[in-house]
Amino acid sequence: MIILEATVITAGYSKLDILKEVGIRVRDGEIVSIIGPNGAGKSTLLKTIFGLLKPRHGRVMLQNRDITGWSPDKIVKEGISYVPQVDNIFTSLTIEENLEMGAFIRRDDFSGRLAEIYDLFPMLAERKKQKAGQLSGGQRQMVAMGRALMLDPQVLLLDEPSAGLAPNLAAMIFDKIKAINKTGVSMIIVEQNAREALKMAHHGYVLAMGKNVLDDSGKALLTNKEVGKLYLGG
Amino acid sequence: MVELIFYGIVLGSIISLGAIGLSLVYGILRFANFAHGDLMSVGAYTALFLVTGFLAWIGVSDATFGPLSFGWRMLIAFPVSMLAVAGVAILLDRVLYRKLRAKKSGPVIFAMSSLGAAFILRMIILIFWGADSLFYRPGMLRPAYELPLGVKIRPDQVFIIILVCVLMTTLHLFLQKTKMGKAMRATSDNIELARVSGIDTERIIIWTWGIGGALAAAGGILYGVDVQLHPYMGWNFLIPLFAATILGSIGNIYGAMVGGFIIGVAQQVSTAFLMPTYKPAVAFTIMIVILLIRPKGIFGGSER
Repeated sequence: MIILEATVITAGYSKLDILKEVGIRVRDGEIVSIIGPNGAGKSTLLKTIFGLLKPRHGRVMLQNRDITGWSPDKIVKEGISYVPQVDNIFTSLTIEENLEMGAFIRRDDFSGRLAEIYDLFPMLAERKKQKAGQLSGGQRQMVAMGRALMLDPQVLLLDEPSAGLAPNLAAMIFDKIKAINKTGVSMIIVEQNAREALKMAHHGYVLAMGKNVLDDSGKALLTNKEVGKLYLGG
Repeated sequence: MVELIFYGIVLGSIISLGAIGLSLVYGILRFANFAHGDLMSVGAYTALFLVTGFLAWIGVSDATFGPLSFGWRMLIAFPVSMLAVAGVAILLDRVLYRKLRAKKSGPVIFAMSSLGAAFILRMIILIFWGADSLFYRPGMLRPAYELPLGVKIRPDQVFIIILVCVLMTTLHLFLQKTKMGKAMRATSDNIELARVSGIDTERIIIWTWGIGGALAAAGGILYGVDVQLHPYMGWNFLIPLFAATILGSIGNIYGAMVGGFIIGVAQQVSTAFLMPTYKPAVAFTIMIVILLIRPKGIFGGSER
């Protein structure tokens, strides 16, 4: 079943189109990775899906509902959460307060969800009273993902989750992403680290110059000669 | 000297109330609200209207509490004026600042608009009450306790310090313990991420103006109780307010509290060496020195 679909999206800032008729499709329970060179429009696509940018053309459908042009605060209520690449935590708040802010719109008791997040990221449970701004890069990324997961989203959008992390920390974050996916959360991941992103993806999209270039299963893209040469370093 | 330090703490507690609001608004909307001082005046004059007008008219007793210079009328007028000024601040946001936000205006446009709002508020006060100094209880003798070392303290001043401590503690608990308070801190920290999390930032902005306005009103009334009312009182507070806010790291409300006390004490102690009319210059000098040597204020960097 297709849970999220964006079709013929044209979007950009002021007069400049960054995305040109881009399409992407996520099936229920899938990890979809988007790879491509810098400036391909990968992050812009995530922002457009999440309503931070209004597309000039095209539509975004969440389970047969048209959410094109909705504002982020409405979209988040429909079950899509977004983790920006930078400034993705509240630095002056504690870890626990960051997670509580993720659940701000929940009116029910979310202590059960909080416990699940701490199970997923035990490192956060140990430091829940610590200011998030004092954490290292990997821990910050965990806080950011934890915050986005508090609403129990159907789809999680991750913008470069491994950016700026040492290889061992990046590997740990990828493991967490797989663990989150196992709980039934569908995901779209934008990544510079194309090899790792495709390894864990059920489906992958290659974007260049704001256009769809290729899309196939993660495995097929990993063994595709063209993709290997251009994006996986030979 | 001990007496001056005590008077400084009284003045500082009033400055703190204003500085907190200035800092709260800056923290979330990132602009310097030049109308904040005049919100203090509006609070003071609203209370004056209630004490000498409305509450007298409906027959609330004029008796004072023990050694204090005020009674039931002021006790009722105080929270009502805080609410009224919260309303004025929110109204200004709805009819003015929200429109500028929608247009994505720059900080200079915001600052200049707030300057305009400041003039409007002040002129309204001038129209109704004139340009003279006024008192909540004209002609009232204000006895002082004589402490050792020749220190004279008025009961009103003790009351002011206690009340300000209560207000600050309440604000602290609100910000640390309640969902809305935490969301205010989150929005001040990173408004984009707050929106991404689904926090209704427009509602947070309304709360921010309300709290800032209410505290400004409290500051203005307490100054009126301690000294006198004057249409320019709030405007004259603006420099100490900014000095306290910058000293305590702009956007940091705990810094604003501490900064307010420091500026208040510095201003009062300076009168031992300088003419009292130079008091604003003292605040201004501190502000410039801080901007030159530590522009992030004394609490800068500790939060982020």
